Amino acid sequence: MARIAVTGDDAVALAAKAVNPDVVAAYPITPQTIIVERFADFVADGEVDTEFVTVESEHSAMSACVGASSVGARVFTSTASAGLMLMYEIVFIAASSRTPIVMALANRAISGPINIHGEMTDQMLLRDSGWISLFCEDNQEAHDQTIMAFKIGEHPDVLLPVAVGLDGFILSHAIEGIEKVSREEALRFIGGERKTDLKLDTSKPLSIGLLHLQDYYMEARAQIKDAQDRAKKVILDVFSEWETQTGRKYEPIESYMMEDAEYAFITMGSSAGNARTTVDELRAKGEKVGLIKIRVYRPFWSDRIVELCKNLKGLISVERAHSFGGPGAILSQDIKSALYGSGISPLLAEYTIGLGGRDTLISGYHGMYNRAKKAFEEGKNLPIFWWGVRE
Amino acid sequence: MILLNEKLGVAIPLTVDIIDIRLHGRGGQGVMTSSYLIAEAALVEDKYVHAFPSFGPERSGAPIAAFARISNERFYVKTEIYEPDIVIVQDPTLLGQVDVAAGLKEGGLVIINTDDPSSEEVVKLRESRPDAKYATVDATKIAAEEIGIKQTNTAILGALIKLTSEGVIKLDSIKKAIMARFREEPAKKNINAINRSFAEVEI
Repeated sequence: MARIAVTGDDAVALAAKAVNPDVVAAYPITPQTIIVERFADFVADGEVDTEFVTVESEHSAMSACVGASSVGARVFTSTASAGLMLMYEIVFIAASSRTPIVMALANRAISGPINIHGEMTDQMLLRDSGWISLFCEDNQEAHDQTIMAFKIGEHPDVLLPVAVGLDGFILSHAIEGIEKVSREEALRFIGGERKTDLKLDTSKPLSIGLLHLQDYYMEARAQIKDAQDRAKKVILDVFSEWETQTGRKYEPIESYMMEDAEYAFITMGSSAGNARTTVDELRAKGEKVGLIKIRVYRPFWSDRIVELCKNLKGLISVERAHSFGGPGAILSQDIKSALYGSGISPLLAEYTIGLGGRDTLISGYHGMYNRAKKAFEEGKNLPIFWWGVRE
Repeated sequence: MILLNEKLGVAIPLTVDIIDIRLHGRGGQGVMTSSYLIAEAALVEDKYVHAFPSFGPERSGAPIAAFARISNERFYVKTEIYEPDIVIVQDPTLLGQVDVAAGLKEGGLVIINTDDPSSEEVVKLRESRPDAKYATVDATKIAAEEIGIKQTNTAILGALIKLTSEGVIKLDSIKKAIMARFREEPAKKNINAINRSFAEVEI
């Protein structure tokens, strides 16, 4: 199929157009994305049947999404950085109300100092919210995963909102070629209309979003926990069906050149592209190095990571996020937790890179690798280190 | 491998699989659009691309850069371009203010929009990087005459296409990309500007 030239924002907007959601609610905060701007064009041009709700804040945008999803609508929104921060109260409500909203996030730094450039901390903070959290390496993945997100979230075993993250600027504002999915293909995949029994319906009255005190709150939260666990099978099935329909293969945790690897990068999003390029260059020099790419961050596939690490001498974690005062960065904490008690414990080097849009060059990846390998050969772990920070 | 126009003497040592182009201009001059058009034209030829602007403070008139990576094969690198094969300077007033040749690969190509190929700034740039190949075109004049505004971001692409012997993108591809992006009337004008810079670029 001929590929078309689109930015990451356009790739997501075209995916949403293909899905033709019932409701989109969004607010043009800085930094919004061009995703909803494009989608507003589709609405104005009559290319979608969506009701586009122009609200007065991001908090209201997510509130409108929860409301619409609660009556059974298929709902999409998009934001980034500070916009997500302003949504946060309702982000948790969206998960507990079991509203399968799909939200694209052009991952950007959260000020301050004031900055709206690429970074993943915004979406990483969804970690404990109950949302399914997916990351994309390129625009094709952003297009595909936006469509797949509806099917994952709306599955009756899941009923959770889904975030689809694409690196701010380096994907969101960058043109790449994608194979576009048509509306017919998208709806054949996810199903024509959203079907759910869990909705506000006068013929079958129920309540959503009520007060749960000490008597029921933990049970309600436990249901989110169980849904995250069940989501794993659903995600595997959805990825598999996507491959059948489009030929494009997706896995929650992807591996590259891992068969005989002694060392490996582990990262997410567009950083995986840079790590992959570095792996190719290092392989050409005879280095036994591979790449583990985390596509699905929540639910977290601990067992798959353990399996991929079982023959590794050293693992190099690289992420565009940090947890101040924490035992590592954010992803690296997850990695350590996944390995703890598994009997598999490669040496670990932890790096935070690229905050606020700072570029990490391929030479930087070589630098991180060389520094880590030296420590690994001496039998040492490398604690969290911010790569490229001036002293 | 791209062969430069034979008038340039020797072929640029583009033995790499990926062509890295960096564009310099000022906010409001359509530098981002220029990088996008290169990518869109490359996709007409079913190549692989990654093209994007470097976003600093978004102010009209501020120096900005944009990037386009192009390859016949799929690639995965996702960084800005620090060692370009080709540099395009859309605004001559940047010379002397911005190090446009920074990181330019040995023997790389610099295309400058200027009405004065022997200006002090151009001469200084040539002296600072004698290994590079230089070409100039008065894209501002061409744009003013063909499009009616001094918007040089399309006109200069004709020079790029000529100088690379259509090896990066073809003239026909950029025309298709222009027609896909613009309405009929402005598309025609922009294509005329590209044709002229293709014809008038000086080596």
